[in-house]
Amino acid sequence: MPPDTALSGPVAGVSIDANGWGWRHAGRRAWAVSNLDLRIEPGERVLLLGASGSGKSTLVHALAGVLGGDEEGEHSGRLLIDGGEPGQARGRVGLLLQDPDSQVILARVGDDVAFGCENLGVPRAEIWRRVEASLRMVGLNLPLNHPTSALSGGQKQRLALAGVLAMRPGLLLLDEPTANLDPEGVQEVRDSVARVLDQSEATFLVIEHRVSIWQDLVNRVVVLDRNGGVLADGPPGDVLARQGEHLAESGVWVPGVPHVLPDRRRTTSTSEPLLRTDSLAIARSAERVVATGIELQIRSGTAVAITGPNGAGKSTLALTLAGLLTPSSGRVVASREFAHHAAGDPIRWKSRDLLTRIGTVFQDPEHQLIAPTVRAELAVGPRALGLTDAVITSRVDELLGRLRLDHLADANPFTLSGGEKRRLSVGTVLATQPGLLVLDEPTFGQDFRTWREIVRLLGELIDGGTAVVAVSHDADFVAALADEEYRLPHVDRAPVKVASR
Amino acid sequence: MTTVAPELPRSASERRSAIAGVNPVAKLGASLLLALVLILTIDWVSASVALACELVLFMWAGLTLKVFFVRTALVWIAAPAAGLTTLLYGQAAGTVHWSFGLVLVTDGSIELAVATVLRVLAIGLPAVVLFITIDPTDLADGLGQVAKLPARFVLGGLAGLRMVGLFLDDWRALELARRARGIGDSGAIRRFFNQAFALLVLSIRRGSKLATAMEARGFGAPIERTWARESTFGRREWALLTVGLAIALLAVTVSVATGQWNFVLA
Repeated sequence: MPPDTALSGPVAGVSIDANGWGWRHAGRRAWAVSNLDLRIEPGERVLLLGASGSGKSTLVHALAGVLGGDEEGEHSGRLLIDGGEPGQARGRVGLLLQDPDSQVILARVGDDVAFGCENLGVPRAEIWRRVEASLRMVGLNLPLNHPTSALSGGQKQRLALAGVLAMRPGLLLLDEPTANLDPEGVQEVRDSVARVLDQSEATFLVIEHRVSIWQDLVNRVVVLDRNGGVLADGPPGDVLARQGEHLAESGVWVPGVPHVLPDRRRTTSTSEPLLRTDSLAIARSAERVVATGIELQIRSGTAVAITGPNGAGKSTLALTLAGLLTPSSGRVVASREFAHHAAGDPIRWKSRDLLTRIGTVFQDPEHQLIAPTVRAELAVGPRALGLTDAVITSRVDELLGRLRLDHLADANPFTLSGGEKRRLSVGTVLATQPGLLVLDEPTFGQDFRTWREIVRLLGELIDGGTAVVAVSHDADFVAALADEEYRLPHVDRAPVKVASR
Repeated sequence: MTTVAPELPRSASERRSAIAGVNPVAKLGASLLLALVLILTIDWVSASVALACELVLFMWAGLTLKVFFVRTALVWIAAPAAGLTTLLYGQAAGTVHWSFGLVLVTDGSIELAVATVLRVLAIGLPAVVLFITIDPTDLADGLGQVAKLPARFVLGGLAGLRMVGLFLDDWRALELARRARGIGDSGAIRRFFNQAFALLVLSIRRGSKLATAMEARGFGAPIERTWARESTFGRREWALLTVGLAIALLAVTVSVATGQWNFVLA
């Protein structure tokens, strides 16, 4: 018996029925989903679209039975899987989430895949048969005792997919499974899912705002309406043709809808560079050098994109240029004019001196949020500079408007959506008007609308004379903004030991 | 037949040493047994006897001298430190050898200090040696299957342990971000607490995401759970427990016989 039959064949797809279903999270006024009427037949493959805030994730979490009980929120109407409550269908439904890091549960590859089966009470011998079959299905050819911490993002997502498949679900739910991955990882995960669908009869539902990834794998597109119910429903071609413009406006990446961007005024700047590197070598920690011999010049009014494969040291280079990490050897040198009164190389500058010179936007906005409200967050930098209250207020108000955050001025930054957090983190840096912006993956996981806003904003800043250094995997972003691309070569995973200095 | 089809995952250290493959629950039990008996008394005889037996047994632990000393370095630092404190401030008795303010070195405190050093070594060394060969996953399997602790508690702890590495990365990023945001120059103590709070917030968010992922894989379902890896408790495990008990009993016997036994609760 070929082991793959343990996963395909006998598992029949489930049906989904929503009748006037809605859900309101505890403590919220608005319903996340309301008046939803939807029938999905067994074995259908559905792409679920909708503006952010239209309740896609809520629906998928409800189907997976992980929304929680009555203390987490209240529901209306009915949501049924094969005619029963989703909570009773544990094991019939498999859910793959967005964040690769929080889906790895155990330390070894085989154990992690086995976890779901154990919880469902599958006999031991059968568990290991399923583990091997699922790993083969997602194309992870690794020993069972391979440490999960050594996996790339794409591999982690495929591992989680294998864990879900081993439970032999009749419904496969994917909640933006590729949003946090680089292009290589996106392709890996997409191909694995395609292979799984080839061999399975399971019902399939995926949320994703990059339509092109899944378009060919689905036979139905459902668009949720922000105001409740379904906005559009039908074959992918039809729905995208009818709703394309509207979807693009609400943040969905629709293939064929051009993103009209004002052209950057590209000039070849010959001015003295603000920063230059002098045979720079960078290291994540004292004994892990990731790249050496870096020669770069950064001029005002231009954008440099740092690209390269995972682990090549892109973020490390950006943070070193930003005066946050100490070079392992060589120097980052600031021009006399740019340094102004600050003494030495940027790493020697005071924290406050960085504010008006180099602004850094971190990959994860949550790392740089420190204030209780959006307004206070934007005021942190100006306040550290000792600006007057009047100046601070006017700068903050201007940024709130420019970043479309004015309605959230008093909200806690941690409660914002991904796109809002990204805009806020850019805003916190702009508040002190630095001459150089350093951004680490500014468009990672962003929907089309936020993407366009960030590109526009940065374009305006660069044309206004600001220098920009951006780490990016995003080819569209690089094409839209960069004057120069600095590609870091691939380095071996094995750390290079430095001789002690 | 209860054998498992594929080769069971084994961590690298397990293949090398005799005790590595022993069920972690037995290792935990043996260390606890020794520790319990040795904290009942403070005398140099019981600790010396236990330590002597242990040092002989360490030969079978499969550790090189270098690994042994590196891993147990903390114990070697802690023991003399505890001893020194006892020497200077311990209960005074007998001849006074030296005094300076509150410091009083006497026959009694010297004896106590020696007993303390030996005790810390006799409890600490075997605990470290047994524990460095414990794989957390194997421990969780053992606690769940052998010690019959609730799976929810054991596996929740195990999954949480894996997040420690992420917390370290978070802490580093938080530190850099504070410098970038212009608040890295002064108020180090306040910044530390502010940063610790931010880490707490981040870890709660990470934790709840992990909990969702676990729940989505059927964790906490009202079904009798099975275990992919069998955790067995057989001859080797009972042997280790017996050795632990034997050392403890020998230490007590010799100590009582030589009249040094001094029951701390008496």
